[in-house]
Amino acid sequence: MTLRPDLAIIAANVAPGTRVLDVGCGDGALMAALSGLRQVDARGLELDSANVAAAVARGLSVIQGDADTDLADYPADAFDYAILSQTLQTTRRPDQVLDQLLRIGCKAFVSFPNFAHWRVRLSLLWGGRMPVTRLLPLEWYETPNIHHTTIDDFRAFVRERGLTVEGAWFLSGDRLTSAAAANFRAEHAVFLLRR
Amino acid sequence: MTVDARFGLDRHVRLPGPLPLDGGASLPEIEIAYETYGAPGAAASNAVLVCHALTGDQHLASPHPRTGKPGWWQRVVGPGKPIDTDRNLVICANVLGSCMGSSGPASVDPASGRPYAMRFPVITIRDMVRAQAALLDHLGIARLKAVVGGSMGGMQALEWAATYPDRVEAALVIASSARHSAQNIAFHEVGRQAIMADPNWRNGDYYDGTPPAAGLAVARMAAHITYLSEAGLTEKFGRRLQARDAKSFGFDADFQVESYLRHQGLSFTDRFDANSYLYITRAMDYLDIAEEHGGSLANAFMGMATRFCLISFDSDWLYPTAESRAIVQALNAAGARTSFVELSSPFGHDAFLLENTEMDRVIAGFLASR
Repeated sequence: MTLRPDLAIIAANVAPGTRVLDVGCGDGALMAALSGLRQVDARGLELDSANVAAAVARGLSVIQGDADTDLADYPADAFDYAILSQTLQTTRRPDQVLDQLLRIGCKAFVSFPNFAHWRVRLSLLWGGRMPVTRLLPLEWYETPNIHHTTIDDFRAFVRERGLTVEGAWFLSGDRLTSAAAANFRAEHAVFLLRR
Repeated sequence: MTVDARFGLDRHVRLPGPLPLDGGASLPEIEIAYETYGAPGAAASNAVLVCHALTGDQHLASPHPRTGKPGWWQRVVGPGKPIDTDRNLVICANVLGSCMGSSGPASVDPASGRPYAMRFPVITIRDMVRAQAALLDHLGIARLKAVVGGSMGGMQALEWAATYPDRVEAALVIASSARHSAQNIAFHEVGRQAIMADPNWRNGDYYDGTPPAAGLAVARMAAHITYLSEAGLTEKFGRRLQARDAKSFGFDADFQVESYLRHQGLSFTDRFDANSYLYITRAMDYLDIAEEHGGSLANAFMGMATRFCLISFDSDWLYPTAESRAIVQALNAAGARTSFVELSSPFGHDAFLLENTEMDRVIAGFLASR
């Protein structure tokens, strides 16, 4: 089983034997990899009931719930890491969700598609239309991505909140790309944040 | 090979007391009727206790002796099924207060030689669980791989974890609640008043005469409505008439739904004791696990190694998803390993007894993991 590239990066950088909350865990692919390979105590939160059933059926501890409302139920410092992969842009209040992540977890992995990638820029600049790309495959009226962000927006937000960036990875296609001009060249980004 | 008579179908055991109860009284001795499925050899590490609902019984996956109907969870329990009797020793015991062989108001009071009737002490869900723990002691089972239950069975599963955390590895709670709401209590009170208003009830001392069947039937009819969804009733019966082309302008069962409820009520009186119905509904009404733990449900589960899985159904208005969510919030606050899913079903509260592929997957997966 191969993990999605951003999940593979996260999996490779979670310290073994830690406690992890995967917010928006889908069918639990990352959780399964973490508990299998790195003896991690992984818990999950997922909106879609079919995904939750699939994850519980494979023996994972997953709760059906909504990142926007249900993170408040978790006690502070309950986890070493909180993970939010490709979900930030779908939340109603990304800022509050990030606050919750770093309240519940000492550190947080956050991955998101970069809305300032050159292909997105070209599509807007030349087409004058909302971009439909490999990572953003749906039309504006049906996309779950209601809060698009860019790598530079995210960096600014992190600075404003006084958070520390412990790691950052940038992906173009499924390959890592350099941090130089990442806001232009990277299709998506993975950040490791600390309070 | 010697056969261990403690295991198998249709078992009875008389356990020495006294069994102290939450209400302050105690029972001098108790009788428990139970069944086990699967190999007793699995008891040390693979014992699964299934707890039944209000009017359920120990005939989990064997035919009911009075009605001849298949076991109430035969669909889920058996070889190769979600609760796999090839791998586990599965135990189901008739709850304390019931009438299928375990001690209850119809049992003979050793002090007087007559049925207890209303002299049976009022019990709680936790008392039922204490009686089950005594049964497990008798069976030599120190620790359960899992305790599983739907509705009142789920309440017992929660009380098992809260009362004996070291004896429960995992608790699976389906369509249930950690407390009875005002609405839950209200429906039960309607049922109890129907029984007590029946002249045959005679303050519970009817065992030498005619039982209060009419009252018990009405109690069952009212309760049965709460087990179904409005959409389910509409789909099944709508406003269709029963075996007639026009309204009778009388009070026969004109509508199919009336005829159905009357049948449900009557057939129930053949298999259930009215006083047991009073005692068990009371036990459910008294349930408030938070209250038993200083007002905080999270306290009940703090620092526990037990794994939990909760399932609710979107059309269940008796124990709606919000009740399961409240338990999940408490378990999260307590740091317990918890899974929760709301499944879709048109069948209301009864969904946990009916065909549901997703539920089967979740049960099997949760029990297989450790």
